[in-house]
Amino acid sequence: MDNTHKQSISIERIPLEEASRGIRLFKEGLIKYLLVFCSLVSIFTTVGIILVLAFETIEFFKVVPLREFLLDTEWTPLFYEKHFGIWPLLLGTVLTSAIAIVVALPFGIFAAIYLSEFASERVRKIVKPALELLAGVPTVIYGYFALLIVTPFLQNVIPNLSGFNSISPGIVMGIMIIPLISSLSEDAIYAVPQGLREGAYALGGRKLPTIFRVVIPTASSGIVAAVTLAISRALGETMIVTIAAGQQPRFTLDPRVPIETMTAFIVQVGLGDAPTGTLEYKTLFVVGSMLFLMTFVMNMWSQRLKGRFQQEI
Amino acid sequence: MKSGWRSGRLLESILKVVSLLAVIIPLLILTFFLITVFLDGESRLVPQFLTSYPSYKPEDAGILPALVGSIYLIILTSVIAVPIGVGSAIYLEEYGNGGWLDNLIEINISNLAGVPSILYGLLGLELFVRALSMGRSLLAGAFTMALLVLPIVITASREALRAVPSSLREASYALGASRWETIWQVVLPMSASGILTGVILSVCRAMGETAPLIFLGALTYLAFLPDSPMSPFTALPIQIFNWISRPQAGFAENAAAGIVVLMVVLLLLNGIAIYFRNKMQKRI
Repeated sequence: MDNTHKQSISIERIPLEEASRGIRLFKEGLIKYLLVFCSLVSIFTTVGIILVLAFETIEFFKVVPLREFLLDTEWTPLFYEKHFGIWPLLLGTVLTSAIAIVVALPFGIFAAIYLSEFASERVRKIVKPALELLAGVPTVIYGYFALLIVTPFLQNVIPNLSGFNSISPGIVMGIMIIPLISSLSEDAIYAVPQGLREGAYALGGRKLPTIFRVVIPTASSGIVAAVTLAISRALGETMIVTIAAGQQPRFTLDPRVPIETMTAFIVQVGLGDAPTGTLEYKTLFVVGSMLFLMTFVMNMWSQRLKGRFQQEI
Repeated sequence: MKSGWRSGRLLESILKVVSLLAVIIPLLILTFFLITVFLDGESRLVPQFLTSYPSYKPEDAGILPALVGSIYLIILTSVIAVPIGVGSAIYLEEYGNGGWLDNLIEINISNLAGVPSILYGLLGLELFVRALSMGRSLLAGAFTMALLVLPIVITASREALRAVPSSLREASYALGASRWETIWQVVLPMSASGILTGVILSVCRAMGETAPLIFLGALTYLAFLPDSPMSPFTALPIQIFNWISRPQAGFAENAAAGIVVLMVVLLLLNGIAIYFRNKMQKRI
């Protein structure tokens, strides 16, 4: 009541100014809603991805029983005799990702230790962006490295290594995700309060035990968050494995033979231009759904760990 | 006691060397890769390579349509992604009050950044190519790429906005400016170089991304240049991928030369980004 009373008085006194104020308020409100709409685009994107994947996946399982999808050990949707067991693609993806993590983990963590505990501020400013360059190189270029540089080199070392295999793209992918692990782990190590380090020194601890018994355990959930994110990235990585790991879905964990990952299969069907509505076309989205679920779980887990770390610190 | 101290020092030096190696070895490997690629492609790095169309004969093939297609693609992508991304960042930084919607948007953006790029290709295929019947065109490619780089634009713009001291906003309000006037005339100009850095980073990402374009009909054998947003197109990484996949050795050399061109473009773009970042750090 009081408010409207005030307003009516001011309108009487300066009507013109009040009218322009109304336009101004209207404009401000309109702009705000435009900005809200911009923010909603990212929500629509997520919803769009989920809907597109879910729709075709449901269509797929109307034809192929879930039992076959989960229990068959062959994946041959493009052959005359079709099998729809996801395991060969799943194993291919897990195998290349595991090799990548085995390579990236030691490099990433020791690089993080170097950057946060040994490097001077000046060195850090040069080295950190240089390392991040590794993740900035387009993946199709890494595919070239894997197929035409690393595989021929490894063939000299490992007998019976096929021209397409999972070890070479795995290693190259590992090099690519080093900065993912090192940057986020370094942030975590950096965030460990200086007081904890000084406490350890005051108790007579030297640098080494302080790093391994105080700093790293304190930063551990942050480091695990970094590694989880790196795993998610490796699972979804497409071009390196498409180019260098082959297109032969195989129920194996042998890193020397050609295999096919989930992402490489999606590319294979995409290049083949399967007609809309066919079962081949729907397999794109089934495999896509699997990939989305796996990376989504990893991303969410990583974020939870990161949140927990920030609370602990 | 003394020997314990010594072995402690020794272990510390070992750790220092090992951790230094963990930084140096990956960088050396990348350098070695890049030098090898340059040597592989050197024989093809002649002006005609930039001005020729693809060909069945590797020695005649060039990257003109791919280069032009990539440039059109990143321009269109930026035109779509920058207003939406910056608008979204402005909302989250300047208007957001930490309510449930803001939280949802934030969680969603960090999740989107982790979605494998190939899944954006599937979204683009169903949404832009089919449902909105854009066909396999530059426009469909640009919309898909815009959604893909949106998280990068938003995150970088938010950081740039956050770097503007709140005292400047308060001074502007004190002079009677409204919220939007303050954002438009004070906050945005102050954060422009930071936002530009983010935009360039997202352009680099769009330039190097291959997987989603496979579904958007980035054809690899084009004897013409795209002349409208609805034209079919090809892009540099797709052309490189195509050459890598061919068995003849001559095409591997083309791929190497294409990689050199792509890397040079990306390094130039990154150089510009670093220039603006330094400029911003001086200003704020």
